[in-house]
Amino acid sequence: MLSRPGLLFAALGAAAIFLPFLTLAANRIVAGQGVPIWSLAQAAPGLVALVLGLALGVISRPALRLLGAALGLAGLLWLLVQGSNALLSDAGEFARVSPAAGFWCLLVVLSLLMADALGALSPGPWARAALLALTVGLVALLLRSGALSDLSIMQEYASRKSGFQTAALRHLGLAFGSLAAAALIGLPLGIACHSSARLREATLPVLSFLQTIPSLAMFGIMIPILGWIATAVPGAKAIGIAGIGFAPAFFALVLYSLLPVVANLLAGLQSTPPEAREAARGMGMTGFQRLIKVEFPLGLPVILAGLRIVLVQNIGLAVIAGLIGGGGFGTFVFQGLNQTATDLILLGTLPTVALALISAITMDILVELATPTAERTR
Amino acid sequence: MIEIDQITKIYDGARAVDAVSMTVETGTITVIVGTSGSGKTTLLRMINRLVEPSSGDVRINGEATAEMSKTALRRRIGYAIQGHGLFPHYTVARNIGVVPQLLGWPAAKIAARVDELLDLFSMAPEQFRTRYPAELSGGQAQRVGVARALASRPDLLLMDEPFGALDPIIRARAQEDLRRIQRKLGSTIVLVTHDMQEAIQLGDRVAVMDAGRLVQHATPAQIITEPATEFVAEMVGGIERPLRLLSLIPACEIAQDGQIEGTPLPAQTSLRDVLAQCLASGRDAVPVLREDGTQGQVTLAAIRARAQSRA
Amino acid sequence: MKIGALIRLALIALLLALVLRPEWFTWAFAPFAPPGGPVIYTRASLLSLALSHLGLVALASTASTLIAVTLAVLVTRPAGAAFRPLSRTITNIGQTFPPVAVLALAVPALGFGAGPTLVALFLYGLLPIFENAMTGLSTLPPATMEAARGIGLSRWQRLVRVELPLAMPVILTGIRLSVVISLGTATIGSTVAARTLGEIIIAGLLTNNTAFVLQGGLIVGLFAVLIYDALVQLETYLSWRLGARRARG
Repeated sequence: MLSRPGLLFAALGAAAIFLPFLTLAANRIVAGQGVPIWSLAQAAPGLVALVLGLALGVISRPALRLLGAALGLAGLLWLLVQGSNALLSDAGEFARVSPAAGFWCLLVVLSLLMADALGALSPGPWARAALLALTVGLVALLLRSGALSDLSIMQEYASRKSGFQTAALRHLGLAFGSLAAAALIGLPLGIACHSSARLREATLPVLSFLQTIPSLAMFGIMIPILGWIATAVPGAKAIGIAGIGFAPAFFALVLYSLLPVVANLLAGLQSTPPEAREAARGMGMTGFQRLIKVEFPLGLPVILAGLRIVLVQNIGLAVIAGLIGGGGFGTFVFQGLNQTATDLILLGTLPTVALALISAITMDILVELATPTAERTR
Repeated sequence: MIEIDQITKIYDGARAVDAVSMTVETGTITVIVGTSGSGKTTLLRMINRLVEPSSGDVRINGEATAEMSKTALRRRIGYAIQGHGLFPHYTVARNIGVVPQLLGWPAAKIAARVDELLDLFSMAPEQFRTRYPAELSGGQAQRVGVARALASRPDLLLMDEPFGALDPIIRARAQEDLRRIQRKLGSTIVLVTHDMQEAIQLGDRVAVMDAGRLVQHATPAQIITEPATEFVAEMVGGIERPLRLLSLIPACEIAQDGQIEGTPLPAQTSLRDVLAQCLASGRDAVPVLREDGTQGQVTLAAIRARAQSRA
Repeated sequence: MKIGALIRLALIALLLALVLRPEWFTWAFAPFAPPGGPVIYTRASLLSLALSHLGLVALASTASTLIAVTLAVLVTRPAGAAFRPLSRTITNIGQTFPPVAVLALAVPALGFGAGPTLVALFLYGLLPIFENAMTGLSTLPPATMEAARGIGLSRWQRLVRVELPLAMPVILTGIRLSVVISLGTATIGSTVAARTLGEIIIAGLLTNNTAFVLQGGLIVGLFAVLIYDALVQLETYLSWRLGARRARG
C-alpha cells in the first residue's frame, strides 16, 4: 500500500531537486546566478537524506512518513548550511548567497508531507502544543547558532538588528493590541446584541460593511479622521493620537476585528441547545447566571475561533501599517519592494508568515481544549 | 415478469443476502419485509444494480440485468425512496419529467405525462407544476416522488420504505393511493418495508427476509395462517394474528340471513372493521350488504368461528 | 427593503460620479489637500485605473473559480478521496498566509507589474472557493443523491444537474470571500507597479496629500461594498430557491 499524496510529493520533490538550489550574487544589488544541488561541495549526505525522506513519504504508514519528512528537512538544512558555506568561501567579499527556487519548493513539499502525515496521526491538543514548541525551539536554536549567518537574509538581519526588534515589537503591539481592544469593545457589544434582536439587526450589517472595505482604503481613510481628532479633541495628541503612524493603523485594525468578534460571540451564545437553556430557566437561573454558567462555556470554542480569525487577520493586515508609517514588519516589506531588494522583502514577510502560523496553530489548540470532550473525539 | 435467481451479496465475508430466488409476476405488488439488517434493502438495490450482486442473476422479462448498462437499466426501472429524494432545485414538473427527458421524450409528451400523473395523484397540475419541493408538504412530496418513479412507464417500480417518513394518517392514505394507482396502471412493484401490517395490506405476495435469507414467500393470508418459521410468526405478531387475518376477509364472505336495524356496511368491509363496529356499538351483530346487493348480517359468533378456523 | 434599494442606487450614483467626474468633488476634498497642492488625482484617468483594477480581479477570480471548483470536484470523487485530508491541510495553512505576504513573495519570483499581482490574487483566491466548494459538494442531501443514482443519472449528469447546482450557494459564498480579498489585495498591488486604484492612495501617502488618499479610499471602498452586496443578493436568491422556503413546508 502506497500513499498517493506521498507519490505526488515524491514526484514534485524529485523535480525540485533539479531546480537551482542556491543563488550566488556578487553583491547585494545585482542579480545572482543559480547553483544546482549537485555542484555544491559535500552535497552527498544531504542529497541522500532528501531522497530517502521523500521515498519514506511514499509509504502509507503515517509515522514513517513523518520520519521521512523530518529526515528530508534535515537533509535540506544540511545542504543549505554546507552549500552556502562552501559557495561563500570561494567568492568575493561582498558576495551573497540566498536560497533559490529549488530550496523553497523542497521546503514546501517536505512541510506538506509533514503536515499530511501529522494530519493522519491526528495528535491531541497537548501533543500538538508540544510539537509546536519543539519546532519553534529548534528553529530559534538554529537561528541563534549562527549556522545560517552566511545567508543573505541573515546578513540583512544582522545589519538591521535593532530596527528589526523595534519592528517586531510594533507588529506584535498592533496585532495583539488591536485584538485586545476589539475584544474589550466587541464582547460587551456582542452580549448586548445577544439580548436585543433590534440592536443585532442594526449592528451586524454595519460591521460586515466595515470588513468589506479594502485594507489600504481603510488605513487611508483613518488618516484624515484621526488627524482631525488629534487637532479637535484636547488631550488626544498627548496620548499619541495622530493622523499618521501607529494610531490610524491601530484603529483600522480594531474596526476590522469587530465583525469576527461579535459575530462569533453571537453564534457561540446562540449555539446553546434550547433544552439546556430551558432547563437553566427552569431551575431558576437569572439571565446573567444563564449567560455565565451555561451559554458562555458552551459557546467558548466558537468565541475563541472568532479571536483566532481576528489574530491571524490582524497579523497580516498590520503589514499595511508599513505604508502609513505605522511601523511593523511591513516597513521592511515595502522598503524591499521599493529597492527591489528580495532579502529585505523576505525579512519582512517570513516573520509575518511564521507569526501568523504559530498564532493560528496555538489558537486552534485552545479552541480544541475549550471544546467539550465528547465532541473532541471525532 | 422479474426473476431473481440465487442472488447473493457478500460484504467482508458476511452474507448480507444469501442465495435468494423469487419471481415477481407482472402487474402485482411484492412486498419484501424484514427487520433492519435482514438484507431486504440490499436485495432491492441489487435489482437496479445500485448494489452489484456478488453472484446470481436478475432477469426482467427474460433479459439479464447484468448485460445492460447501469444507467439504461435504471431508467427502465422506477425508484422511490423514503424521504422522497426530490431534486430541490427542480420544479415539481421537472422532477417528474426528469427520466422521460433523459430518455429523450419530446417536451410536449413530457408535459402531458406530468399533468396526467399529477391528476392521478389528486394534485391539481396548474397549482403544483411550478412549485419547488420546498413548498410541498411531506405527503405531497412523497406523492411527487412516486409520480417521478412512474413517469417513464417503467417495467418495474422499486420502492424503499416509501412511506417511512410519513405520519400514520397520511401514510394510510398514501398506501390506499398506491394500491388504487397500481390496480389502474397494472404496474409491477417491489416494495421494501419493516412494517408487517403494511406488507399484508399492500402485497399480493409477501417475502419475509431474515438474516439475508428469504424465509417465506407467499400470499398475505398464508403468511398469517401458515407462518413458515418462528420468526415469521413473531413478525406477524402472535397475539394480533387473528386480527390481521380478519383484516384480509371481506364481510360478505361470512354474511348470514337475517334483517337487523341500522345502515348496512359495504360488502367489502373487512371483518376486522366489522368486529370494531360490534364492539363500539355493543351489539352482537351488525347489518352488512352481500355481494348481490341484498342485506344480511354478520354475528360476533361467526367472526369468532372464522378467526379460530384459520388461526 | 425599499430604503435598501434607494441607498444602493445612491451609492452607485456616487461611485460613478467619483470615477467619471472627479472634478465635481473638488470642494469636498480641497480641505484635505496640502496648501497649493493638487486636489484631484489627474496623473491617470480614474476610469482606466478602475477598469484595470476590476479587470485584474475579474480575471484572477474567474481563473480561481474554474481551478478551485475543478479541484474540489476531483477531490470529492471516490478516486480523489486520498487527497482530501491533504487538500484540507493546504487550505487551512494557506489561509493563514497574509494576502500581502503572498503578493510580496510573488515579486522576487515574478518581478514587478500586473503579473505577480495576478498570480497572487489567483493563488490566494483559490483557497476560499476550494474550501466552500468542497463543503458544498460533500454535504449534499443523501436522499437526493441516492435518488439521482437510482433513477439512472450518469456520473456526469449527477455532477452537472444535481451536485453543482445544489452546492452553488455555498460555492458563491466562497467566490464572494475571494473577490473581496482580491479587491483589497489588488489595491496594494499598486506598490508592485500594477495599475490599480491603489495608485491614488499610494500617491497621496507619498506626497502627504490626504485628499488623494481619501479620494482613492472612497472609490475602492465603494466598489468593494457594492460588489459584495451584489454577490450577497445573488446568494440569497439562490439559497431561497433551494431551501429557505423549506421552513414553511
